[in-house]
Amino acid sequence: MLMKLLPAWKELEPGCVVTTPGSSVNYKTGEWRSYYPKTDEDKCIACGMCWIFCPDASRRMVKRKNPKPGDLYSVYFDFNFQFCKGCGICASECPTGAITMVQEQAR
Amino acid sequence: MSNLGIFSARLLPQEELFVQGHRACQGCGPAIVLRQVAKALGPNTIVVNATGCMEIIVSPYPYNSWRLPWIHTAFENTAATASGVEAAIAILKKKGRFYTDRERIKVLAIAGDGGTADIGLQALSGALERGHDFIYMCYDNEAYMNTGVQRSSATPFGASTTTSPAGSASSGQFSQKKPLAEIAVAHHIPYVATASPSYPFDLIEKFKKAREIVGPSFMHVFAPCPTGWRCGSETSVKLGRLAVETGIFPLYEVVDGKWRMTVDTGDLLPISKYDEVRDIRGYLKMQGRFRHLTDDLIDQIQKQTIMTYKAILARCRE
Amino acid sequence: MSHQAVSEKRIGLEVSLAVAEAVKLADVDAIAAYPITPQTHIVETLSEIVANGELNAAYIPVESEHSALSACLGTIAAGARTFTATSSQGLALMHEMLFIASGLRMPVIMAVANRSLSAPLSIWGDHSDVMANRDVGWVQLFVENGQEALDITLSAFRIGEDKRVLLPVMVNLDGFTLSHVVESLIIPDESKVRRFLPPFEPLFRLDPLNPIMIGAIGIPEIYTEARKALDETLTASRIVVDETFAAFKNIFGREYHCIETYRSNDAETILITMGALSGTARLAIDELRSQGESVGLVRIRLWRPFPFDDIRAALGKAKVVVVFDRAISPGGPGGPVASEIRNALYSLEPRPKIVNFVGGLGGRDVRAKEFIEMIRTAKSKADAIDPLLYTMVGVRE
Repeated sequence: MLMKLLPAWKELEPGCVVTTPGSSVNYKTGEWRSYYPKTDEDKCIACGMCWIFCPDASRRMVKRKNPKPGDLYSVYFDFNFQFCKGCGICASECPTGAITMVQEQAR
Repeated sequence: MSNLGIFSARLLPQEELFVQGHRACQGCGPAIVLRQVAKALGPNTIVVNATGCMEIIVSPYPYNSWRLPWIHTAFENTAATASGVEAAIAILKKKGRFYTDRERIKVLAIAGDGGTADIGLQALSGALERGHDFIYMCYDNEAYMNTGVQRSSATPFGASTTTSPAGSASSGQFSQKKPLAEIAVAHHIPYVATASPSYPFDLIEKFKKAREIVGPSFMHVFAPCPTGWRCGSETSVKLGRLAVETGIFPLYEVVDGKWRMTVDTGDLLPISKYDEVRDIRGYLKMQGRFRHLTDDLIDQIQKQTIMTYKAILARCRE
Repeated sequence: MSHQAVSEKRIGLEVSLAVAEAVKLADVDAIAAYPITPQTHIVETLSEIVANGELNAAYIPVESEHSALSACLGTIAAGARTFTATSSQGLALMHEMLFIASGLRMPVIMAVANRSLSAPLSIWGDHSDVMANRDVGWVQLFVENGQEALDITLSAFRIGEDKRVLLPVMVNLDGFTLSHVVESLIIPDESKVRRFLPPFEPLFRLDPLNPIMIGAIGIPEIYTEARKALDETLTASRIVVDETFAAFKNIFGREYHCIETYRSNDAETILITMGALSGTARLAIDELRSQGESVGLVRIRLWRPFPFDDIRAALGKAKVVVVFDRAISPGGPGGPVASEIRNALYSLEPRPKIVNFVGGLGGRDVRAKEFIEMIRTAKSKADAIDPLLYTMVGVRE
């Protein structure tokens, strides 16, 4: 989505209307975090509670790397590194304690 | 606890109508609320938003965090603008000019506690009285958070805010929280409910119900704010749960004047155990805004909480 | 207060009801209004004609004027042709929304029955309510009589809703002295109105099939551009106003311009008025002319965007310009109209002397003989009067 951040006055939509729904996905809030949520794939039961509690819709279903026989779901929940702000709600709410907050390394 | 239609997060719609990239603080409670509400109401919804946290974080030009049509005009007039949108859709449909052959479009008005209980109360009362077909949702983070944590009439007694700060001559907020849901019930509208994002299935069920109502619904939603309440960003959901379990924010609904408690306070306790609520200290101690409270004040708050809770419980048992 | 409207026949009708008739002819979709003297007859008539099915519109009886304009922004956002009306305190109460209406480019059409502002409380007419709102970014017109009130209200929809404009329009009529008088006027024929006024097609609409965001935050990087766009649009709306008046003449036969001149072509002294008192002023001009004095009248109809070129052309050759204001800017340059006239004429070399009179405040009537006195005083004292001082007509010292 190409959006001009510094439009000329003639380019502005009348009333500064924004015609692109969901254009905020161009702003990567992932840069805010100091901690990221590390998921222990084995402990995750893919209940989805971390997903429904995330303020930033930054939990995503990922295919299990080493699915064990008897696994009910072939997915588990990991974080969206582009947008996760590292608030820690998912780690706090996970019923099996599968998520730990780990400090980001300096880049 | 009632039988919920959806009881697992995996059964909820995957589509995000309130998307990533918004500027809310880490751990923002209201953001969780909006995300859940968007899932409950679906894409055939028009959002009317008051000035406030949830408006600011979604609309810094040209970034837009909504995948729904959205309008913001001013701070105190959400209910009035929503009235206009709703009435216009109805008349244009009736005149055959637009919105014909569409599934039912629902108007959702979103405002904070400040924009509802204080400056927005007049417009809300007018819209409820006129019976417009819309859902008014107040996300209650218990202060004017967007402008820097100033007190509102929804700030609980004893909370320290920047305009009701704790000090040697003051113990924080001096008045009791305005009972918004009860004010809405007094307008005799078809549906009023309280909700908390920590009970997502209860919240979503209630909003789905509100969507089906023909007429006004008022939803008072508890929305913890780690920034304003001075607690860890990871505590939002836990606080939303504790508030319900301690009776501070009971979850109930009022359908055509009939009250019903929808969530037990406590771990799936049988209905006779509603009389007991958890000690409030667990809830208060987690938040910096209550740090200054003396034991006397805490007792006072505990008594007041039980009293208010029991009054609501009594109405649910009528 | 009902009436039988018969098209293209001349009937006697209270001017407020004529405004309501214009709204009905325009087939408005939504009205959100709050009652306030002296606008009440407009909104009462509107709710009556909606109630008896003559007009198919949503009438929202809001709980305040602020909510009235707020609801109107909601109706426009959904694409409904929208009308409201107010006066005085009501206009003041919706003040913040006036800026928002123009900033969001929402063509709400509003009739203002001009009334003085409290305190002290006054229900009677003057222009103080609208003069406090010069900067709100609306197209603003002043009408003098009942026929104009009807015609200009009808035209306002075409002007505001034009895609080159998309701005709210304020039609000002003097409270009581115009709003409550019965005049003989012509109700336009409906089929002619259909030719003159196309249905409202909004540029943007709240529609789940095409989600947009209205009312984003104007961060410092774009706010300047947004204001520039608004000013340019409002200024450029003059073209649409002229086109609309031309089309009106074509279809209905009545001709309107941004300013009206009366016997001013060769006049040495020109009187400037706005609104209903212009009728009285014309009597003064006729009387003075019959006595051989070189006087004329210029009435401003289009207040915003201000008709600078027209004013300069009409006044440039006069020696003395007498500006009659129906409002005052306390502690400032006297009357607002005089202030703007001085602005408009500043670049002229040589330029006429400008003498400012403020009167008709709070409903006080101004007679023809008082206008005559104003003109005579201005002529004799034009050189002496400090151009920045005003004279308050009829004040008891």
